[in-house]
Amino acid sequence: MAVAATTRTGARPSWAGRRPSVPPWVGTVPFFGYVAVFLLWPTGIVVYEAFKNPAGRFTLSGITALGNSQVRGFFIGSFKLSLISSLIGAVLGAILAYAVASGNPDGVIRRLYLCVSGVLAQFGGVTLAFAFLVLIGPVGLLFHAGWYFSFPWGITVIYAYFQIPLMVLVFLPAIDGLKVQWREASENLGSSAWQYWRYVGGPLLLPAFLGALLLLFANALSAYATIQAWEDAIPYTVPQQIYTSMSSEVGLANINYADALALGMVVLVAIVMTGYALLQRRAARWLR
Amino acid sequence: MSALIAAAKKEGTLNVIALPPTWANYGTIISTFEKKYGITINSALPDGSSQQEVDAIKAENGSPKAPDVVDVGLAVALANTSLFAPYEVSTWSDIPAAQKDPSGLWYEDYGGYMAVGYSSKFGTITSLSQLLGPQFKNAVALNGNPTSANAALNGVMMASLAEGGSAGNIAPGVNFFAKLKAAGNFSPVEATGASIKAGTTPVVFDWDYLNLPTYVGVSDWKVFIPQNAVLGGFYAQAINKNAPHPAAARLWEEFLYSQAADGGQNLWLEGGARPVEQAAMTSDGTINTSAAAELPTVTGTPVFLTEAQSTAAAQYLAANWAKAVS
Repeated sequence: MAVAATTRTGARPSWAGRRPSVPPWVGTVPFFGYVAVFLLWPTGIVVYEAFKNPAGRFTLSGITALGNSQVRGFFIGSFKLSLISSLIGAVLGAILAYAVASGNPDGVIRRLYLCVSGVLAQFGGVTLAFAFLVLIGPVGLLFHAGWYFSFPWGITVIYAYFQIPLMVLVFLPAIDGLKVQWREASENLGSSAWQYWRYVGGPLLLPAFLGALLLLFANALSAYATIQAWEDAIPYTVPQQIYTSMSSEVGLANINYADALALGMVVLVAIVMTGYALLQRRAARWLR
Repeated sequence: MSALIAAAKKEGTLNVIALPPTWANYGTIISTFEKKYGITINSALPDGSSQQEVDAIKAENGSPKAPDVVDVGLAVALANTSLFAPYEVSTWSDIPAAQKDPSGLWYEDYGGYMAVGYSSKFGTITSLSQLLGPQFKNAVALNGNPTSANAALNGVMMASLAEGGSAGNIAPGVNFFAKLKAAGNFSPVEATGASIKAGTTPVVFDWDYLNLPTYVGVSDWKVFIPQNAVLGGFYAQAINKNAPHPAAARLWEEFLYSQAADGGQNLWLEGGARPVEQAAMTSDGTINTSAAAELPTVTGTPVFLTEAQSTAAAQYLAANWAKAVS
């Protein structure tokens, strides 16, 4: 019988004994190869080009341009928009995720929310900006929102449309991880609802919340098509300015300046991630 | 000419780039050329910018898909002459001397004057200062960001001329838009044919050929050119020096500069653009007079920005535009 044969030592296929010994890191090659080609290499090009001028000579002028007040304004604009829209998205999304999680785990409502969130988290770019323009823009079908073109609030409302569903998707598993027995245990020990969230639920969810907040922040920071379609004539954010420096037809195109701006964004993300790591270490103290 | 036609037909294909079918009548121009010569036109990136056109020449160099010809803003043409092959069309002498490169590397093709188009629900507008009134909330739009789009830079420059500035001084135009923004009247969306039709940009600063009622397709659309603010702008043609279809590229230029009734010059005019050979064609009677009569009237001497003036304006905008309007 075939099964018996394979279990007998003498009948093992001949290649089994000669399996080459492969170092364990070989399995990671595809991952690191991928990261190298799609992350490290482009980042390296950006850093390298940021220190050159269009003639190919070494220069610091792109980097020093990052210090002028107008460019600082673009970074502040990007930071403000990303922070506000990610905070709003994270708080509202977390509340919504909690509401969904406290319902029937197999219910229609939950499936509907997950499905809708999955779709809306990907809804961005020109179509999203156009939808808002048609509904609440200057000649909106619903009404005209006076704040529609204000920065950052007008665009924040548009960003919230994909930030909140994204938060629901990434935060729901964390809330699902809260065991109902923990709540019951703390209630048996006489804790109030506030005490439960302050000492049990909150600390459990905080690391996941911060991680999700960082994801939302990066999501808003790198968004370009939506804000460009929302408005085009006034640059508020770094990605818009990068576009201008890459495609200006009035002679202001300077790819090395665009690279310097991109390098500035890398640094901004690095600063935010360091802050996140420090916060995360504190928030996850109870895990160690 | 017949040798050129034969060589072009043998190549059979022409690659063009950044020619929107609704822009300056290019849809008709392309189909007329295809029918007349039996040459297939591959139209890449119809909504691309001038910079993207020269970027494509560099990126696609040596590929059969590289653009054969480009139609670019003057600043981009002047900055990239090393990519072009010199060529003089047979009507070369009818192009005014100031509007072509003496060695034939580039030659202006069509253009127009900056104009203000507006919905007639506002009545009649005759000066820019009226636009600061409360009925124009979120109404006034440019065609893009003036630090990146040529039409938008010229929109600001036109405002400057109307507000006492000059071709060498765009600051009064930036101040005008800062005032518009402060009054809540500046709409930062990019004005397009679609935004005009949808009514989201009821007042638009743009070239007159993009602002004509026939072009935008809105019957109650009006257009005027402010007094003493006549700012002209022309695009330029050039041939890629490594064009994959060199004969077809040259035949295309001959077609565009042909003064025949179905030649490029009159077809541009029918699209509301002012062809570069218009003066010569008016005097020798080859112009389509009814099409010429549809363009808005001009009072005052037209101003054309020199390269230095346009660069100075762009530099001023790079340093001041975002601060002034945000």
